[in-house]
Amino acid sequence: MKRKVAWGKVYLGLVFVILYAPILYLMIFSFSSGKTMERYHGFSFQHYADLFADSRMITIVINTVLVAVLASLIATIVGTLGALAIKESRGAWRNSLLSLNNVLMVSPDVIIGASFLIFFTVLGIRLGFISVLLSHIAFSIPIVVLMVLPKINELSPTLVDAAYDLGATRWQALSRVILPAISPGIIAGYFMALTYSLDDFAVTFFVTGNGFSTLSVEIYSRARQGVNLEINALSTLMFLVSLALVIGYYFVSKHAGRRQRVVAVKEGDAQ
Amino acid sequence: MRQKALFIVPYALWIVLFVIAPLALIFYQSFFDLNSHFTLANYQDYLTSATYLKMTLNSVWYAALITVVTLVISYPTAYVLTQLENRQFWLLIVILPTWINLLLKTYAFIGLFSRTGSVNQFLQFMGLGSHQLLFTDASFMFVAAYIEIPFMVLPIFNALIEINPSLLNASKDLGATSWQTFRRIVLPLSMPGVKAGIQAVFIPSLSLFMITRLIGGNRVITLGTAIEEHFLTTQNWGMGSTIGVVLILAMFIVMFITGDSREKGGRH
Repeated sequence: MKRKVAWGKVYLGLVFVILYAPILYLMIFSFSSGKTMERYHGFSFQHYADLFADSRMITIVINTVLVAVLASLIATIVGTLGALAIKESRGAWRNSLLSLNNVLMVSPDVIIGASFLIFFTVLGIRLGFISVLLSHIAFSIPIVVLMVLPKINELSPTLVDAAYDLGATRWQALSRVILPAISPGIIAGYFMALTYSLDDFAVTFFVTGNGFSTLSVEIYSRARQGVNLEINALSTLMFLVSLALVIGYYFVSKHAGRRQRVVAVKEGDAQ
Repeated sequence: MRQKALFIVPYALWIVLFVIAPLALIFYQSFFDLNSHFTLANYQDYLTSATYLKMTLNSVWYAALITVVTLVISYPTAYVLTQLENRQFWLLIVILPTWINLLLKTYAFIGLFSRTGSVNQFLQFMGLGSHQLLFTDASFMFVAAYIEIPFMVLPIFNALIEINPSLLNASKDLGATSWQTFRRIVLPLSMPGVKAGIQAVFIPSLSLFMITRLIGGNRVITLGTAIEEHFLTTQNWGMGSTIGVVLILAMFIVMFITGDSREKGGRH
């Protein structure tokens, strides 16, 4: 029995090595003074200096972050309202709303990209910042709904009824009772939307046009020209940002979990 | 009551504009040729052209291979993970790479697999000689599987930890060997997770187009690559949309076969 577990651990270790080796490999070579990912040429921050001096890359980083922050903010608002609307709907209507919500979750990225490209062309929207922003909002909304909806379903109706009994208006019930109670879901939705947006390549590639670029699209076009250690430097920084996001998400959801329990206790008191 | 109506307005607008309209448009566009004439020629071309049919079969074949490779690697991984003490933490370690930009992970392999790259240096060190690794089918499948592993591990892991331990104890009490317990109890009960994983891996594998370019060197043309080329290179949106409709159909078939599994475990 012990032997089996040990073999299992060896296997798992191997999988971890495969999963992380390419990422570590990128990061190690970002500190090499050479020009290729073949031989390590001694420690240097040269590629980081190049990266920060590359004004095109800096602009693209700012664009990417701007799109991600704006798109996930708007998607979080629309998605939360959508989840509230789904909660209030009934029967067949509710099922069709849920199915429509999931269409963009299961559709392959190329289909989303191609169909949005036709859509923007038909509407005469110029490809660029606006089309990318609208696309990112569009594909982030269903994720927010899926993160918020379970929290709304968990919310006890007696809590909302109590608010009304105590004379709360609809707006007060929403802002003082419902939204605080479902805030863990909303925050989780925002984080997920943010990472979807930062990560997206395929959809953006279709709707980006010529003048505007995001990081993924830029990395793609540079990678097609071959290895460039500036990308390695960028990937190290992006890995650190992803790690910070994961840790932030972990603590936010942990903290939110505690608040959720407080709500649960209060609910018990009411009964 | 009026406020209730206001709630749904932005969300309903999103459904109409960004879910229904684009899908309707891609379907509509598939009936137009290069000169914007209404025609069924795209479908006729697709169904009679050996090139298109072969490409579709090839794409399905490679997606199936990628799914099998991913499953073979992921199932034992998920199984071992469930046996560990801090399994949620180790699961997080498996999931963490999905938070890293897809393009960067692919880019890493360009360096690793290059003619004089680290993998070849290692092969030479082992006395196996250097090989052309980049732009081969094997490297394409390896990188695709590498990217999909977490999306397969997650649903299988979730299915495995849901199995009631008393069932396993009962099986042992009744004299089953651990292999019998695995084959008769664990494997059947984890099938919903396997199906969800297949769904989460197979459909994206059909539509990959970035990895086929950067790693596969365009040797494998997937449905996704074909759509991308028709839309962005040859500007034949009608044919591109027709292939898109085929891809959507393929997606429905896969979802039908793998049953109504839980929501997709990952993102792409």
